[in-house]
Amino acid sequence: MSLDISFIGILIGSIMASSVPLILAASGELITERSGVLNLGVEGMMIIGAISGFALMVITDNLFIAIVGSMLSGVIISLIFGFLTQSLLTNHVATGLALTIFGIGLSAMLGKNFVGIPGKEFPILFSSLRESIPFFGPILFGHSIVLYFAFALPFLTNYFLKKTKLGLVVRAVGDSPVSASNQGINVVLVRYCCILYGGAMCGLAGAYLSLIYTPQWIENMTAGRGWIALALVVFATWSPIKVLIGALIFGGITILQLHMQAIGFRIPVQFLSALPYLMTIIVLVVISRDSRKIKLNTPTSLGRIFYKEK
Amino acid sequence: MYKNFFRYLISAIFLLGFSVNSNADFKVGFVYVGPTGDHGWTFQHHEGRNAVEAAGIKTTFVESVPEGADAERVIRQLAQSGHDLIFTTSFGYMDPTNKVAKDFPNVKFEHATGYKREHSNVSTYSARFYEGRTLLGHIAGKMTKTNTIGYIASFPIPEVIRGINAMTLAAQKVNPNIKTKIVWVFTWYDPGKEAEAAQALIDQGADVIMQHTDSTAPVQTAEKAGVWSFGQASDMQRFAPKSILTSIIDDWAPYYVERAIAARDGTWNQQDTWHGLKEGMVAMGPYNSAMGADLVKEVEQLQKDLASGKVHSFTGPIYDQKGNILVAEGKVADDGMLAGMSVYVKGVEGDIPK
Repeated sequence: MSLDISFIGILIGSIMASSVPLILAASGELITERSGVLNLGVEGMMIIGAISGFALMVITDNLFIAIVGSMLSGVIISLIFGFLTQSLLTNHVATGLALTIFGIGLSAMLGKNFVGIPGKEFPILFSSLRESIPFFGPILFGHSIVLYFAFALPFLTNYFLKKTKLGLVVRAVGDSPVSASNQGINVVLVRYCCILYGGAMCGLAGAYLSLIYTPQWIENMTAGRGWIALALVVFATWSPIKVLIGALIFGGITILQLHMQAIGFRIPVQFLSALPYLMTIIVLVVISRDSRKIKLNTPTSLGRIFYKEK
Repeated sequence: MYKNFFRYLISAIFLLGFSVNSNADFKVGFVYVGPTGDHGWTFQHHEGRNAVEAAGIKTTFVESVPEGADAERVIRQLAQSGHDLIFTTSFGYMDPTNKVAKDFPNVKFEHATGYKREHSNVSTYSARFYEGRTLLGHIAGKMTKTNTIGYIASFPIPEVIRGINAMTLAAQKVNPNIKTKIVWVFTWYDPGKEAEAAQALIDQGADVIMQHTDSTAPVQTAEKAGVWSFGQASDMQRFAPKSILTSIIDDWAPYYVERAIAARDGTWNQQDTWHGLKEGMVAMGPYNSAMGADLVKEVEQLQKDLASGKVHSFTGPIYDQKGNILVAEGKVADDGMLAGMSVYVKGVEGDIPK
């Protein structure tokens, strides 16, 4: 009730939990986009991950299989996108939109028999530490393994892109596929891999919703989070760490505004509801106003179709 | 958003396909605001549609239709493609329904939870959910330890405000120290956001959670946090067996079957239906034994009295937040006042969003 220190700890813990799907999906999409591919199918891949994870949990009663299966389903559906855009050279935007529509429809169809089944409790780690340490307990402990992975992911992604040879290859393919190709890099193969990786992360993001955050299957349960993840990547100017910051601000203000309403702040509710979108954009624009850095991070060939000269 | 636009586009193409072989026989159309699998509001309307289908009448439905301009086009498509009776099942379809009804005088329209009947082929129907809310308020007032009831509200329309007021009045009657905390989420259906709103209310001290949104996420959040909750629109008990005290259940099936048969047989006429516990359009789920036998008995009696009309949810004296009298002592609120309710009663915290 009061704003004491342990309450703030609980609050930060729930903000972290709410931003996980955004971090996962946006980090995956970031790699895809850095390779020069614009996949607008994030929402569709997430919802497919959500239903696959939930269905596998019900059928096998094994959460590990459910999580891995949701990632695989993301891979499979993104493979369709990859085949269309990379092998058949279709337009990225149109194909991505189609993927989202397809994903939402397919998930509703697959999910018909899974509506109304309660989910299973997902194990949380270090739950005893969560209770015994004030403030830091609820922030650092008592989360699912997926949350820890999500918070490590932007740093791993950053390291991968900046410090590894493979990361350099991905960036080269995204910036200038023609030069990369002339260097002997198989542009299409690299892009395929990045698309499939993005699919896996989006699938995991969806499974986080249906297995951990609100453990159940309901149609359209991603409710637009895929689009927010897509916007985050752009506003974070393709920087993994800024994606993390953006996701936390978005999740944070979404939850804070609900608390402000519950406390009874006399601020128009409509303004509070718009606040997460406004603040995320403002903060990300302010922290990434260095145009030289934006140029460095923006994949120059984003969304362009690559024709390999024979 | 693109998503909705494309969804509409797809439904439009789908419906155009239908228009080719229309006019053959009697058809009923349904427009839903959410997916049929929401296990709440739309799910119950869909159950009603299934009953119409079981009665041997052909039906079609379009789900997840956004309120507003898109809705008008979907309703128009249904009217054009040979549907004789169209149920539009969300408050936000009120103006679109009346607009389309003007252009299709031979098609009959039924709009749920609205109050505009601008043309003779438009009927409205709703359920007296507030009677259910009175029961929830009574239970909540008795069960809360923190004297704080958390309420997840969707949009500031009379329907939602009436529910908040009915619940608060009933809770105050059994527990004068009660406080109602409200969070507006501005959506009928977003499981993640509904769960976050429930969590925020719980963190702010609410130990009974009530929702006027359509997904089962809030009751699951309540179950996890170990606080009480109530199911909305359909029996949600299996999602939160420990936490749910009871559910308000909407039963549209008898009404839909009756109206569809009337329209087919030519006996349909315009009317404004507002049924409640008495007619069975509002029903209650099983009461949780954690309430204790005495409270269950008390609530069952109240349910009977509400159904028989012996007790009314809005019995005076009722005051607004500033202390002005809304309903005088010994009087009950009339249906006109209930239908247009736009102020909180005394004891509700905060302002209604404008």
